[in-house]
Amino acid sequence: MTNALEIHELCKTYRNGMQALSGVNLEVKQGDFFALLGPNGAGKSTTIGIISSLVNKSSGRVTVYGHDLDNELEAAKSFIGLVPQEFNFNQFEPTIEIVVNQAGYYGISRKVAYQRAEKYLKQLGLWEKRNEIGRELSGGMKRRLMIARALVHEPRILILDEPTAGVDIEIRRSMWKFLQQINAQGTTIILTTHYLEEAEALCKHIAIINNGVVIENTAMKTLLAKLHVETFILNTELNLQNKLENWMGSEGCSIKKIDDLTFEVEISKQYSLNKLFAELDKRNIEVSSLRSKSNRLEELFVHLVEEDSL
Amino acid sequence: MNIQQQFTAFKTIVIKEVLRFARIWVQTVVPPVITTGLYFVIFGQLIGSQLSNIAGYSYMDYIVPGIILMAVINNSYANVVASFYMSKFSHFIEEMLVSPMPNYLIVTGYVIGGVARGLTVGAVVALISMFFTEINIYSYFVLFSVVILTAILFSLGGFINAVYANSFDDISIIPTFVLIPLTYLGGIFYSIEMLPEFWQSVSLGNPILYMVNAMRYGMLGVSDINLFTAFSIIILFVVTLFGFCLFLLNTGKGIRS
Repeated sequence: MTNALEIHELCKTYRNGMQALSGVNLEVKQGDFFALLGPNGAGKSTTIGIISSLVNKSSGRVTVYGHDLDNELEAAKSFIGLVPQEFNFNQFEPTIEIVVNQAGYYGISRKVAYQRAEKYLKQLGLWEKRNEIGRELSGGMKRRLMIARALVHEPRILILDEPTAGVDIEIRRSMWKFLQQINAQGTTIILTTHYLEEAEALCKHIAIINNGVVIENTAMKTLLAKLHVETFILNTELNLQNKLENWMGSEGCSIKKIDDLTFEVEISKQYSLNKLFAELDKRNIEVSSLRSKSNRLEELFVHLVEEDSL
Repeated sequence: MNIQQQFTAFKTIVIKEVLRFARIWVQTVVPPVITTGLYFVIFGQLIGSQLSNIAGYSYMDYIVPGIILMAVINNSYANVVASFYMSKFSHFIEEMLVSPMPNYLIVTGYVIGGVARGLTVGAVVALISMFFTEINIYSYFVLFSVVILTAILFSLGGFINAVYANSFDDISIIPTFVLIPLTYLGGIFYSIEMLPEFWQSVSLGNPILYMVNAMRYGMLGVSDINLFTAFSIIILFVVTLFGFCLFLLNTGKGIRS
């Protein structure tokens, strides 16, 4: 089956001499939910800009559903829906017109465009705001408007560049649900985000880009399996007193007391949580709550980027 | 995109552009009407009544074609330069750039928006002129073709200005330092035969002179310039500027990194 997106040796040097991409290679399968992660300035937005024809590449090759950007640009563009990082709609136009006009640019008749605009604005909770001009919408509404606009021509690949930046958690979660729905319906999604729990929760495959090259490109499960240790914070109801002093962990498990009611446990993949709780039970330590110290993907991300930067 | 889809895309830009200037008609249509009304009162009536006829026509009759065309020139230019620059500045030009719409449709759509505003304001100015004189039309074909071609030409000019502009100041520099002087020196208020020979030759380098004279021919049947020469020059400019606009969009000048 043709890949939804293929990128070969993509390079970009801006006019000021800055080399943003130095040979990016990437493949995204049809129907995938793909995360493109990287620190600020790594080259994510440049890559997306080239795929969506907003940035001229210096060299390399990009194909969208088999259509080469160099030879079949129009066909390639018709497969893509883009939700950029910055708000890029006319702030003085009514919400529905922004969506309908976008459909028009793809050659969709006005009648069909209104029907689709209604469908997507309703799904994204913006139908009540359809006659309000862009600048009167809240930040979260503007982000959702850009998603509706990107979907109005029903693209087969939806590219979202930090779609949930600055959006409150409730709206973020409703956007996640919506994106999962359209992915389940067959739309390939490529997502960049700085919220790594977002990537972990949504994406099947992941690529990490740093200094203009892809340093990791694999399935999310495979990547997470690389995590050797995980750290948990445990809380107790009763004072720990000196219960931990004689036991500061064992092989594959290390313990650090934080205060009288809290301690931190770092366990390796080989050390099971059951074993940990058995040890705690032995010492009459009753755990009232437990949480992961940091996001698992975040730990890996920091590790990989730091390793690459050395 | 097939032909029907292309037509839909083109229609979308035109509707958007027409609605844009129609929504803000107090800023786009009223000011030129007031300005040209003042020209008719001051130059046409107050000063013109003291002047002798030119080419057999009263001074008011002589300047009406040029003043209508001036309104068309300024407004078609202003519409495209403001609209396209705004879309670039606010990045909503990207809505079109990511779509499969061919670049020639983007240029044509913006140009037709400029032509629509130029013709709207030109028609209103023509109506205002009827309060001061009787409108004569010598050749409908010449009149309408020169008005439309001029509006196209200056819409293309506005497009190029917008592509190169990096700030709001840049979209007023060309109108202030190039367009207005060329318009005033383009024979709107005088016949070049009234100028010394040297300045007559210099005036022939001003493209607006050809448009104003062709317009005057269309309304009055008199012109300082041969009509074929005038149309040839206008069409040459239109074709050249259209090609240049396409080149700018294809290379992404000012809009793609």
